[in-house]
Amino acid sequence: MNLVAAGLVGAVVVAVAAATAALLVPRPARSAVVGVGTVLCGASGMAAGIVALTGPGWSAAVAGLLPLTGVVLSVDALSGVFLSVIGAVGIAVGIYGIGYARHGLDGRGVQAMEPLFVAAMLLVPAAGGVGTFLVCWELMALTSLLLVLAEHTRRVEVASAARWYAVMTHLGFVAILIGLVVLAGHADNDSFPALRVAAAGLSPATAGLVFTLTLVGFASKAGILPLHAWLPRAHPEAPSHVSALMSAAMVTLGVYGIVRVGFDLLGGGSRWWWLLVLALGAVSAVYGILQAAIGTDLKRLLAYSTTENMGLVLIGVGAGGLFAAAGNMLLAGLALTAALLHVVNHAAFKTLLFLAAGSVLHATGSRDLDDLGGLRPRMPVTTAAFGLGALAGSALPLGPAFVSEWLLLQALVHGLAAGGMATAIMMPIAVATVALTAGLAVATFVKAFGVGFLARPRSEHAAAARESPPSMLAGMGVAAAVCVVLAVAPVLVLPVIGAASGRVFGVADPVLSGLLAVRLQGFTGSLSPLLVAAAVVFATVVFAVAARLIAARHRARVAARLWDCGAGPLSARMEYTATSFAEPLQRVFDNVLRPEHDVDITHYRESRYLVDAVSYRLRVPDRVEHRLYRPVLSAVRAWGRAGPRLANGSVHLYLGYGFAVVCGALLLLVVTR
Amino acid sequence: MLRLWRKVRQVGTVAEPAPPSGGRVGPAVELAGSVQVRHVDAGSCNGCEVEIGSAFGPVYDAERYGARLVASPRHADVLLVTGPVTRNMHRALRRTYDAVPAPKVVVAVGDCARNCGVFAGAYGVAGAVADVVPVDLDVPGCPPRPEAIVAALRTLTGR
Amino acid sequence: MSLAGVLSALLQIALVTVGSPLLVGVMRQIRARLEGRAGAGVLQPWRDLRKLARKQPVTPRGTSEVFRVAPLLMLATTVAVVAVAPFVTTASVPAAGADLFVVVALLTLGAAALALAGLDTGTAFGGMGASREITILALVEPTLLVAIFALSVPVGSTNLADIVTSTLHDPGRTITPASLLAAVALGLAVVAETGRLPVDNPSTHLELTMIHEAMVLEYAGPDLAMVELASAMRLSVFLGLWATLFAPWGIAADAGVGALALGTGVLVVKVTALGAALAAGEVFLAKLRLFRVPELLAGSFVLALLAVVASFFFA
Repeated sequence: MNLVAAGLVGAVVVAVAAATAALLVPRPARSAVVGVGTVLCGASGMAAGIVALTGPGWSAAVAGLLPLTGVVLSVDALSGVFLSVIGAVGIAVGIYGIGYARHGLDGRGVQAMEPLFVAAMLLVPAAGGVGTFLVCWELMALTSLLLVLAEHTRRVEVASAARWYAVMTHLGFVAILIGLVVLAGHADNDSFPALRVAAAGLSPATAGLVFTLTLVGFASKAGILPLHAWLPRAHPEAPSHVSALMSAAMVTLGVYGIVRVGFDLLGGGSRWWWLLVLALGAVSAVYGILQAAIGTDLKRLLAYSTTENMGLVLIGVGAGGLFAAAGNMLLAGLALTAALLHVVNHAAFKTLLFLAAGSVLHATGSRDLDDLGGLRPRMPVTTAAFGLGALAGSALPLGPAFVSEWLLLQALVHGLAAGGMATAIMMPIAVATVALTAGLAVATFVKAFGVGFLARPRSEHAAAARESPPSMLAGMGVAAAVCVVLAVAPVLVLPVIGAASGRVFGVADPVLSGLLAVRLQGFTGSLSPLLVAAAVVFATVVFAVAARLIAARHRARVAARLWDCGAGPLSARMEYTATSFAEPLQRVFDNVLRPEHDVDITHYRESRYLVDAVSYRLRVPDRVEHRLYRPVLSAVRAWGRAGPRLANGSVHLYLGYGFAVVCGALLLLVVTR
Repeated sequence: MLRLWRKVRQVGTVAEPAPPSGGRVGPAVELAGSVQVRHVDAGSCNGCEVEIGSAFGPVYDAERYGARLVASPRHADVLLVTGPVTRNMHRALRRTYDAVPAPKVVVAVGDCARNCGVFAGAYGVAGAVADVVPVDLDVPGCPPRPEAIVAALRTLTGR
Repeated sequence: MSLAGVLSALLQIALVTVGSPLLVGVMRQIRARLEGRAGAGVLQPWRDLRKLARKQPVTPRGTSEVFRVAPLLMLATTVAVVAVAPFVTTASVPAAGADLFVVVALLTLGAAALALAGLDTGTAFGGMGASREITILALVEPTLLVAIFALSVPVGSTNLADIVTSTLHDPGRTITPASLLAAVALGLAVVAETGRLPVDNPSTHLELTMIHEAMVLEYAGPDLAMVELASAMRLSVFLGLWATLFAPWGIAADAGVGALALGTGVLVVKVTALGAALAAGEVFLAKLRLFRVPELLAGSFVLALLAVVASFFFA
């Protein structure tokens, strides 16, 4: 038996065993058993992924497991990337979940779903046929939906969030289903190799239809505009380790789907596909980070940041498709490498951020940044973890995301002359998008870390916060360690990712990575994350020592009260909040965000010149949701209201309907035959 | 813009020639030619403020001797206190003094700061500056002339 | 990276560290003279730093390591940039290259660290300064990166040394429309990043109008000295980068003593001239309202985008 197969089978067996154990084991030991099971499931999935990345692929067909098509599994390097990512996230989340579940999340159902969700996600990139893929996809959606619902008895918002998630994810599923079925209709059977053969003979219109339909489905999973609406609802309301799984692992499968269908099954296709992907990515990146920059709900902010990062990934994927359509395979490989590396990096830091946010939520009971602050002395490990995640999330040097954004920018810069006018117009816009996103991401994470964790507590809950249990800290530690390794030594993952993306376009690894420097194949450009990190750390230490030596010659350091302009002690209400921090940005982007201001002035009854109270409310609604979803929803509702009018209970009318339908069908037959 | 440029050329340097320096003695040794000044109005009638404004204006140009007004006592070496210390400013002055990192110098500017001046005994006055924080240097006058303020600052910068 | 490379990197670090406060001194002196003052002298910033280093270090209660480390990080990132940028000689650039994206990101990292320190104090002014600084930073970033894009397209590389070498071989490139537009765009970005008029007034005493200064109101003594030194060095680095990109003449191609001496001299002249122009320009400008600054930055962004378009169509 192949190692990949062993890993995958192991993951599924462990997950099923852990789920069964969750149903049987008594409450005190349940979360530990499930945690260990999830870790093992993730570990074997990751092992399968690593083997697939470094070795040859593996595929198998088991006829009896599913009716009609049977189960077709096939794992290549591209699947390997996603298998490893999902497995690694599963490990960190499994460890974290042991402690996190102690707070009302150790019910049988929720605990059983956790390892099953990880296993279902692992199966999606391993699927090698349409039937298998769709079953695994749906399994993943269902298990995650049940996990989102975990806390529905405690908060009413959970049910609404889950409803949004269920509807959106199933609409996406339907789109993917139709797309893949149309494609499979032209093939001998539903396995991917057969689809590849069939795709070569498709007319451009059919191929375009298949791609557009699957793109809609996969984009909704990846949280791409305008189908992102479920993401900022479901992520905050789900338990935090589930948010980490969803945000770091599940949404990336949307990207996997686009790459698999677009490049692998349909073989690249025409230029407009990728212009569309790139444009969707650019819009999502800017809109997502803009909403994150002005948001005050910690987990909602992270959810929007996921939209942003998936947007960046799609910019890379779209650029790769454009270059490939123009015949520049090396550059296409570079862009896809950047995109996939960003998937890996995003998984690492988003896991860390969501786990740290969960730790905060756990300790304070609040996700609102305006209530937090002052967590540094109370929760030092969580603060350090979130700080590291924030550094990574803002795509600054010393963080992992910088390497992937650098690669992406290099691909875009070198791509200007790669192919025609469309590329020449898109590339500057894409660079500007990435740049604006980078700037706003710095603002977002300075706000999240500075307001959420530093300074003084803004509420009693924050003041009473205590550090989380060791298992949660260990989970964060795993994610943090991966972040650090990815930041200073991308060489550990870059060659395999480069090879995997090169293989998609039939070229060698587009990035020459060494321990010291990452170089581009065929273009000038090199980056040395290790040297940059070493230089900055070394210089910091040198200056710290020098400053200490100079200062020690004169006076000892003293502590003093904050400069409060001579007035009384500064109260927490005088601190800058997340809202006030983001206010300038919100004003700058007023036209895009359209915030809603409500001013209520209550007058004294005696005279309307005397004001009793002024209340001011500012809300920044998701504008896309308002403009796009509300009309659709109200149309659906109006349609539903029209229903009762048709069905008024009169049997004559119903018989009339039947007569009309039969006549119509007969007429149709007359016309068409 | 052109008009402003012509004005700049016409006016040239308006700073008056510097009188000879007294050299570095006392706190000036450690401050070594750089004095950051935080001004505290402890209850002044703003007469002294006008003169301090002139002292740092182009004609007297206290900046050329290395003195500079700053926005935070944390950045300051010297507190330039004016006016009698009112009850409302008593605590604030004390806290401002505490916020200045050592070595620090307090200069009481004007008669009110030295001995409450015409406000002595008024119901809102807590006392002279010396009653609240240790004063190192006095600048007498009601209000003191800018030259006097500049001279006091020069004994601190030593330039 | 050769021994000569290491030595020239050290030379650049020493030059910028020693020279930056002097540059600030020169700029203040020029302003003072134009305002009819006598001025404190070119050496005054160094006197200030010397005195601050002797003063008592203060840790405000309630602040964390972030507050202590931020000035160090700001200095360290700036020094890292100085070490790899081809200010004096391209020989100082290590084999892995001084990538423009890395340079910009490192400088951003330093600024972000200081903004966090401003938030860490928990004072209203600290938060206000941090919020404003970050807003401007976020809006400058697109201009910077797109201008870099425009400059790197004709060269085919974002490596500073490559851009310098290629411009030296083809001096006509500096007067192409793309280069001129990028020069203006980057100039505006430099003004915004270094907190000069009309974006921020470096000599204001009024907290409500402050941007950069408001973040550092809590720093005292040696910590403040580091912040001031780092700010001065950032100013020199940005001016140096601008000069390196748009007037690279005089930058040595090797690490010979004569070439280094010439490169040093030319760098000093270029940066001083730019600083002088900036200081003189400031006399004629008033500070923009904070909410008008984005308009200026949007303008610079459009120029940068035009530069890219020009670099593609007029190449």
